[in-house]
Amino acid sequence: MKKSHILGIVVIAVAIMVIISTAGDASTYVGFGKAKELAENGNDKKIHVVGTLAKSPAGDIMGIKDSSDKLSFSFLLVDNEGITQRVYFNEPMPTDFLRSEQVVVVGAYHGESFLASKILMKCPSKYQEETIEVGQA
Amino acid sequence: MHLFIGSFGHFLVIASFVTAIVSALGYAFSVSSKSETEKQQWQSFSRIAFITHSIGSVGTVITLFFIINQGYFEYHYAYSHSSSILPVYYQISAFWEGQEGSFLLWIFWNVVLGLILIKTNKFWEAPVMAIFALVQAFLLSMILGVVIGSIKIGSSPFMLLKDVMDAPIFDTNPDFIPEDGSGLNPLLQNYWMVIHPPMLFLGFATTLIPFAYCVAGLWIGRFREWIRPALPWSLFSGVTLGVGILMGAYWAYETLNFGGYWNWDPVENAVYVPWLILIGAIHTMIAFKKSTTALKSSIVLSLSAFLLIVYSTFLTRSGILGDSSVHSFTDLGLSGQLLVYLLFFLIGTTVLIIKSWKHLGSDEKEVSTYSREFWIFMGATVLCLMGFQVIIPTSIPVWNAIVEGLGFESNMAPPVDQVEFYTKFQIWGGVLIAILSGTGQFFWWNKMDQSKLKDALVGPVIITMVVAAIIILAKGIQNPIYIIVLISGLYAIIANAKILIDRWKTNINLSGGAITHIGIAMMLIGILFSSGYSKIISLNYTGRVWSNDLPDEINQKNLLLFQNEPVKMGDYTLLYRGTKKRIQGYNGYISSNELFQFSETHVYTLQDIKQDDQVIFKKGDTLELFNPETSYFKIDYIKEGGNTFTLYPTVQINEKMNMTVMSPDIDKNFGFDMYTHVRTFPDPNEESKWRGRKDQDVKIGQQFFANDYVSTLDKVERIFDVDGVELSEKDVAIQATFTVQGEEKNYSAKPLYIIKDMQAGMMPFTIQDLGIKLSIVNVSPESNNFTIGVDTTQKDWVILEAVEKPFINILWLGTIVMMIGFGIAINRRYQEFVKMKKKGQE
Repeated sequence: MKKSHILGIVVIAVAIMVIISTAGDASTYVGFGKAKELAENGNDKKIHVVGTLAKSPAGDIMGIKDSSDKLSFSFLLVDNEGITQRVYFNEPMPTDFLRSEQVVVVGAYHGESFLASKILMKCPSKYQEETIEVGQA
Repeated sequence: MHLFIGSFGHFLVIASFVTAIVSALGYAFSVSSKSETEKQQWQSFSRIAFITHSIGSVGTVITLFFIINQGYFEYHYAYSHSSSILPVYYQISAFWEGQEGSFLLWIFWNVVLGLILIKTNKFWEAPVMAIFALVQAFLLSMILGVVIGSIKIGSSPFMLLKDVMDAPIFDTNPDFIPEDGSGLNPLLQNYWMVIHPPMLFLGFATTLIPFAYCVAGLWIGRFREWIRPALPWSLFSGVTLGVGILMGAYWAYETLNFGGYWNWDPVENAVYVPWLILIGAIHTMIAFKKSTTALKSSIVLSLSAFLLIVYSTFLTRSGILGDSSVHSFTDLGLSGQLLVYLLFFLIGTTVLIIKSWKHLGSDEKEVSTYSREFWIFMGATVLCLMGFQVIIPTSIPVWNAIVEGLGFESNMAPPVDQVEFYTKFQIWGGVLIAILSGTGQFFWWNKMDQSKLKDALVGPVIITMVVAAIIILAKGIQNPIYIIVLISGLYAIIANAKILIDRWKTNINLSGGAITHIGIAMMLIGILFSSGYSKIISLNYTGRVWSNDLPDEINQKNLLLFQNEPVKMGDYTLLYRGTKKRIQGYNGYISSNELFQFSETHVYTLQDIKQDDQVIFKKGDTLELFNPETSYFKIDYIKEGGNTFTLYPTVQINEKMNMTVMSPDIDKNFGFDMYTHVRTFPDPNEESKWRGRKDQDVKIGQQFFANDYVSTLDKVERIFDVDGVELSEKDVAIQATFTVQGEEKNYSAKPLYIIKDMQAGMMPFTIQDLGIKLSIVNVSPESNNFTIGVDTTQKDWVILEAVEKPFINILWLGTIVMMIGFGIAINRRYQEFVKMKKKGQE
């Protein structure tokens, strides 16, 4: 066997490994229902859940609980299927959190509780701007 | 309404687009012409077309910048990226904040590079410039802003606000011009953001040069000759793209708050991969003379580098990344157009490669392990595999889109911990590169066989082991992977240093490779220490368990600091000294409690402001703020045994954009950086919650406690002038003076008690820093007793994260070394090109 063939085989092997590991380490977007099912079946892999903060009929955000030392907090997230779940996050509340339109939590169930390790927020920034501020012209 | 300038700009865009096509066609005719005179005629014609195109493009840039600079907010681009208070240097950032402006920047660089190529090339001008002009036409079409039927081609930066936004104001007043723009994203208001994008886009633009030479070579049947003129440019591209990426990393380190310089974000990956491939291309281009495999690889890799740049443009600008990236551009609805271009270039180059393949020949002999080509080829292979490993997961949103396009369901998400995921592969790539670059250099400069190799390697290996052993013991490194990275990095430095010394003895112009490799190895070691040994100083284990289901011990990375209450953290004691502001023309920081902000940019002082007992600003002075949106949190670091320093992490609040941006402050030392950023702080819009007034009787001179601070009632007196209250003869105003001993200094509080029109009223005095409100509740002159009220609130606080990053400077230093190495190599290769050109060969 020629050296170039060996090298070729090694390259292909590494490439396949990369693809397998990508598929293996890739997370998934699921709802809370499915996430719980996964956790109950012993799959402790972290998943992505997309949702919005729970709001009262009047439109106020409900269910935010700040810890006394302010270093962690929990909130209610409604996923796209309408399931509401309390999510615990061991970091202080991000500044723009209450303004976010959409929240993606990355984490997993521990029993009945969902512990997030990362929170991604979609905020109404200038990019979604559709109104013009009309000052006293 | 300045309507003319917009139409003028739009005209320039269209003119540049048309002349680019004309120039491309003209150069193509020149290539395919049979007779020499015809070739020359077409070439001169196309040259004029390209110069016209250049004038048009530069004119477009100037026009758009003029609109931003003059604040013509009737234009959407100026409105949405700039504002009237923006200084000129940030207007430059505003210019390329949007997609259209950044395309213009790219176009601008292509123009500059194209003109240089016309000037420096004789033989290659026509075929290379044909490709160049074609790419320019594609880029210009992205900002063309022409609608044909239902197809929108490009998005023009010269659109009027009323044509873009569907706001009701335009129904009532079509000529409405907003008074001010919505401003520049606070994240981009950093000096690195003024120079990083131009550098990065210069890198983007330069990848076109090796691509254009390669396509030209394959097109006119000069399958090998294209490499010499392309090589110095590939090196230039490698260094600009590399430095552009690292500038972005440095910006992220200084401005963003994820706590590092590299986050494996899709946008970062999208430029990292082409860079790796380009570096691979440079290596095979150096080795192509004796190896057809290297020639073939050079062709594939130079073409791929540019294609990957187009792909990264597609990823970041089509909106396909969606949630998975923090900083991709807004979707302008141009994803279809981008996809068409991507496929056009992909298919075009593939066809070209297939057609040329049979002309390239093949190696007769198997390449020897002791040949320089073998080692170079191994290095290029590792670089490509590293690129492959990054691009596959980065493209997850693309895979989802393809699978869904085929009618299946796909909900793949990026790996949860991106840094960990990519690092576990890339770290081995780094190790291999270091070992190969150290060893390969010996093969490059000397004819090697087994015994010579031993002689050459024994010295560097021994030195490496000794140095590594010392560092491992001194730093107590235990992680076996880190030990391997350290050894391989040191080996690369030492082996290349040996080569460097040899080159210095012979010809210094040839030392570029060795120096560049030393730079890269230094970067590897810098990355190893600053990331692998970054230490969260603010770590504590006080994590409260909220729910019995959750893991017992959760590390808290963050620390809560109340103002003026020292907290011990590792070797340091931290002290939060309050929120500060900066004043235009004054070098220090002023407590925000001493200022009242009455406009976007101006404040007046609420009391005399002293520095070292000297009054620098009088009460009531009007001052202009420096960085008006930014507040500075003053944090003192006191290390046992001396060394005290102060950091000012910041928050910038942009009301218009509804953005709150927190940026770190970094204490830079040679050995390590102390990196601190604030995670959260009290909402400035929220009124402080007072706990309720508690009254007590005190006599003059008596001490009492207010929120645990020792306080004294110094005196009580009648006064006749009260700010904002008109007193008649019958009215009485009494002022008490208290001294409150704060941690840092004594505060004086002067609450009032007023009887006006037979009604008694209180004017309490608040000391924000201490969270106290004092008032006089009752006065009984007979007994010389006063009833005072003390109300308390929570003191100001911040939650911060502090991280020690050791030896990060080796990374930045390595970058500079790498740049120097590239510079020497570019110079050498360019001299070779000039020599050949003089011989009339190129």
